Amino acid sequence: MSDILHQITLPGAAAPGRATAPEISVSAGHEPAGKEYWRSLTGRTQGTGFQDWLRREFPEAAELLDSGSRRTMLKLMAASFGLAGLTACSRPVEKILPNSKGVEDQVPGNALFYATAMSLGGAATGLLVEAHDGRPTKIEGNPEHPFSRGAASAFHQASILSLYDPDRTRRVLYNGAASSWDEFAAFAAKQFGEPRRGLSTPPRSEAEWARAALSPSAVTGEGLRFLSQTVNSPSLEAMRARVLAKLPGAKWIEYEPLSENEALAGAELAFGKALRPLYRFDRADVVLSLDADFLGLDSPSVTAIKDFSKRRRVASSADTMNRLYVAESQYSITGAMADHRLRIKSTGIPALALEVARVLGLAPAGLTVLENSARRKWVAAVARDLKKNAGRSLVVVGPRQPAAVHALAHWINHALGNAGATVVYIETPRRPQLPALKELAAEINAGKVETLVILGGNPSYDAPADLDFAAAIRKVPVTVCLGQEPNETAALAEWQLPEAHYLETWGDARALDGTVSIQQPLIQPLFAGRSAAEVLSLIAGENRRAYDIVREYWLAQWPGATAEKAWRKSLHDGVVAGTAAKLVPAAPDGKRILAALEKLPPAAGLEINFYPSASTWDGRSANNGWLQEAPDPMTKLTWDNAALLSPATARNAGLKNGDVIALSAGGRTVEAPVWIQPGHADDSVSVALGWGRTTCGRVGAGAGHNVYPLRTAAALWSLRGASLRKTGRTYKLSTTQEHHSMEGRPIVREASLEEYRRDPDFASKPDGNRDLGQLFPEFSYDKGSQWGMAIDLNSCIGCNACVLACQAENNIPIVGKDQVARGREMHWIRLDRYYNGPEEDPQAVTQPMACQQCENAPCESVCPVAATSHSPEGLNDMAYNRCVGTRYCANNCPYKVRRFNFLDYHKGLEEPAKMVFNPDVTVRMRGVMEKCTYCVQRIEEKKTQARAEGRRAIRDGEILTACQQTCPGEAIVFGNINDPNSRVAQLKKQKRNYGVLTELNTRPRTTYLAKLRNANPELA
Amino acid sequence: MHSIISKSTDRKIRIAGSAILLLALAAVTLTAYRFYPDRAETGYQPVQPVPYSHKLHAGDLGIDCRYCHSTVEVSNVAVVPAAETCMNCHARVKTDSPLLQPVRDSYASGRPVEWVRVHRLPDYVYFSHRAHLAAGVSCVSCHGRIDQMAEVKQVKPLTMAWCLECHRDPAPNIRPRELVTKLDWKPEGDPAALGRELIAKNDIHPPTNCSGCHR
Repeated sequence: MSDILHQITLPGAAAPGRATAPEISVSAGHEPAGKEYWRSLTGRTQGTGFQDWLRREFPEAAELLDSGSRRTMLKLMAASFGLAGLTACSRPVEKILPNSKGVEDQVPGNALFYATAMSLGGAATGLLVEAHDGRPTKIEGNPEHPFSRGAASAFHQASILSLYDPDRTRRVLYNGAASSWDEFAAFAAKQFGEPRRGLSTPPRSEAEWARAALSPSAVTGEGLRFLSQTVNSPSLEAMRARVLAKLPGAKWIEYEPLSENEALAGAELAFGKALRPLYRFDRADVVLSLDADFLGLDSPSVTAIKDFSKRRRVASSADTMNRLYVAESQYSITGAMADHRLRIKSTGIPALALEVARVLGLAPAGLTVLENSARRKWVAAVARDLKKNAGRSLVVVGPRQPAAVHALAHWINHALGNAGATVVYIETPRRPQLPALKELAAEINAGKVETLVILGGNPSYDAPADLDFAAAIRKVPVTVCLGQEPNETAALAEWQLPEAHYLETWGDARALDGTVSIQQPLIQPLFAGRSAAEVLSLIAGENRRAYDIVREYWLAQWPGATAEKAWRKSLHDGVVAGTAAKLVPAAPDGKRILAALEKLPPAAGLEINFYPSASTWDGRSANNGWLQEAPDPMTKLTWDNAALLSPATARNAGLKNGDVIALSAGGRTVEAPVWIQPGHADDSVSVALGWGRTTCGRVGAGAGHNVYPLRTAAALWSLRGASLRKTGRTYKLSTTQEHHSMEGRPIVREASLEEYRRDPDFASKPDGNRDLGQLFPEFSYDKGSQWGMAIDLNSCIGCNACVLACQAENNIPIVGKDQVARGREMHWIRLDRYYNGPEEDPQAVTQPMACQQCENAPCESVCPVAATSHSPEGLNDMAYNRCVGTRYCANNCPYKVRRFNFLDYHKGLEEPAKMVFNPDVTVRMRGVMEKCTYCVQRIEEKKTQARAEGRRAIRDGEILTACQQTCPGEAIVFGNINDPNSRVAQLKKQKRNYGVLTELNTRPRTTYLAKLRNANPELA
Repeated sequence: MHSIISKSTDRKIRIAGSAILLLALAAVTLTAYRFYPDRAETGYQPVQPVPYSHKLHAGDLGIDCRYCHSTVEVSNVAVVPAAETCMNCHARVKTDSPLLQPVRDSYASGRPVEWVRVHRLPDYVYFSHRAHLAAGVSCVSCHGRIDQMAEVKQVKPLTMAWCLECHRDPAPNIRPRELVTKLDWKPEGDPAALGRELIAKNDIHPPTNCSGCHR
């Protein structure tokens, strides 16, 4: 039994007087010892400071009021009370401003949804955006879109905040001085019009213009270069083709720092042509991930999670689930989902992949160099499993791996018969972007570029360091930079143009499989921004608006009679029918692949790996406060990146968390603070890109450490032979990891599939379910709708989408790095991440934790003003206007899910930042407690709607909470538990269902389905 | 023992003290009376940019409330009509009335007429017109006899206690749904009896918990 029962046994167990308890871990609960779970190294090693920390729910609360400021504070308070008294005497006059004329489809007070699409890394995701009276406020996935299927990622959710970012570029700037689109148009007409000539500076007088226009080389576009991010817009491509045809001397270069260079080169190597693999995780029984965080940041779409989690839903012991093997250096959320995870340096992956190929009989024995016998055993078991499930298995490779490894994976998939089953191929026009970028840098340095037009992107910050784009741009006579925010590149440009946000302008965008969505705006540009297509149109001398560009392009694609109808349907559905690419057969060339593999250098010395940031992606969302404050899924760091090391590597170098180290490779050095990551590969450092922005808005400037200076064109992802040096300085990192520990009780329950089949009741056993009796008269919850939630830990990936969705839906403030360090983060839903096993190589689980809506809520009985009380539908209501801020409720909450507004976090918000607020939810002020409400505004809205339609019953699935709606894993299910046929009631009937801390008789309405791992008996 | 304060001084202090106390008490009582929520808000009758008469339009001419407040059954808000709605008639009726100039200006310029809100709830209250109409609560229950007002005035206190009174016992205010905008309608017999009948028939049970109104 004890090996089945996996309990959270956090340090400092339940005994009273635990402040003096020095033991390293106590297994509590009802069983002697299960897996030992722990949340952080500090917690595990029991610093006394940590114990102190734990005992104070909101540490250091009084720190802001030292004696000096306390007196000032009292004075201010007296003054403000006086003023409050005065204002109360006269009633404020409030105006009602109706429309002058009615707006089609708009009913004031009711939200409207529009289909649109957002691109990230050249891949579009279809979205539905909610607008309140013309103001977009919330983003959801588009159920009709093949790469959303109703889900949206944290980046999509947070993109609404970037729309209202007051730090966006607000006007056209010419050499830093205010200018206008008209002036730019005049400049463009002279610079790119006919006849034209490349000019070092725009002439200031008519005479100068006339002189300049005399040159015979004007019409060719010689010396004109365009630099953009990956273009995935058909209408922009058409426009580009026209401009390049008109100016044949011009060139267009695409660059993204997180591009798929190696994957594309790998496909080219394997198949001799550029193919894109599309993975069908829902068909795979066994998946091997080689350094691929395909459930996380290595996948620009959420559907990998959708498909994968489909195979993790186990309703009964007769059900099967897939099995995931992950070999990786850094601990990713994909690694946390793994049934078997192997920590290995990124530069060691090629050898591992070869060993897989050797066991499968593809590669000759002589090639393999995997000397570690434990690893060989692991690989042998994995390879056998792959083979056993041939046709139903899948090998995926991450973007950090060299092209040859990608090619090898294609070969293995082909040999196993997976191609066409679990992986299919489409042709792609994409090519590796780096060669063209290198050529551009060389041309600039040779003085061949007169005008550089940058349409999005930030190359002076994120291009490979050896190309030194910051210096190169200075050499270009005229640089035009289109961007949403002031950035490191725009700062160097002569012309700085405000770019329209995707919710402000028309466009179109291809998803990974080629499916096109029309990008529909929801609001006029707030800061006169224009799209790249519009700027290009200006340059082409057409000056057309985005709507015309996109509409004309698409109307021309359809037969005349049906075109208008097809256009309207595409807008409505958010998908242009019939645009998905055709699948093509693919046959890899094994010999070529082996030859390329032979050339790969072996792993040697210390390596440095780069990976995308869960907050800033490649740096572009650095000024997004929601993303900055969202804890990294694994490290739980906020507002920072860090150099992640394994405990052993840190120990050997004498490093601890927060020590600043200098990382050097190839003669370049950057500094970053250390964060010890359990389960990280030894002799390896992982550090997130996209931090340490210098020129960006006020939110992101200075957050984190920039490691792009280490990244060169020769080694974009992994640096070999690196070194690290302790600088002796330390740096303060803010983490949410150690907040709200669960004190050694069985919070997360988990078993292997095998154990579950033997004992399906394993999860519900340790409840104890002691009947403590009722202190108050029993309330009957058997009538009407009774809201409840079930969260399947088996399909929760820990991707943060729910955290961001909740933040957007419920007007949750950001508090800043310093406040997070004090334990004052405000997220209503948090993702607890626990480790179990040895700290060198633990397993990890994540658990979403929000208000459990206890039927016997401990918070309610201690509120002196009845600001929190129960609703007849089982909700733990919170009336903000009644709350006086005693914080008794938070103190009495065993789940630690209540959040207190220590400061007025919404104070001083500039226009238009306030426009992001959801009008259906109160914006809380200082001194008020808040917490998850099961999105009560959505419940009430649907109830009201139902009543207006003359029915009382709410259909199952009619109400979706914000977290549920966006969850790509479909792990969160909300509904009426009184309806035995509702999905939530069905889930709660499952044997894996358990409540957290039910021994306290809290009777939580949120319950969890225990996690299962499909362990391979050979490796168990 | 010689007392520090003489008898006469003592008396003066007593009188002065009592007077101050009485005055303070009177001040508090008066202030409380004046600003007691039930009174503080009722009677509010601001001057509107256009002296629109509900008495004329809704009362004498008998235009249904929903002609102008068109979203009241489908949205939480009842909307003040767009200038366009006014112009439906006033493009032909009273086309040169100077009183209607702001409406014509709004229609021509696209800028809104700045009406002054009369019935105001705090920001943390989420009131739904749609829900109340669906239950059969008439306009008159909260707004009074608007059809008799030349200028709109707040006649009900709109306080939480007042709301709860009805939420706890809605029967006197429930009528058939199709009659909610008939402000002069009175049921035959006991209104509460009819209300109780409708409550049972339509399964009406207004919320009295916090999240019913506060989110």
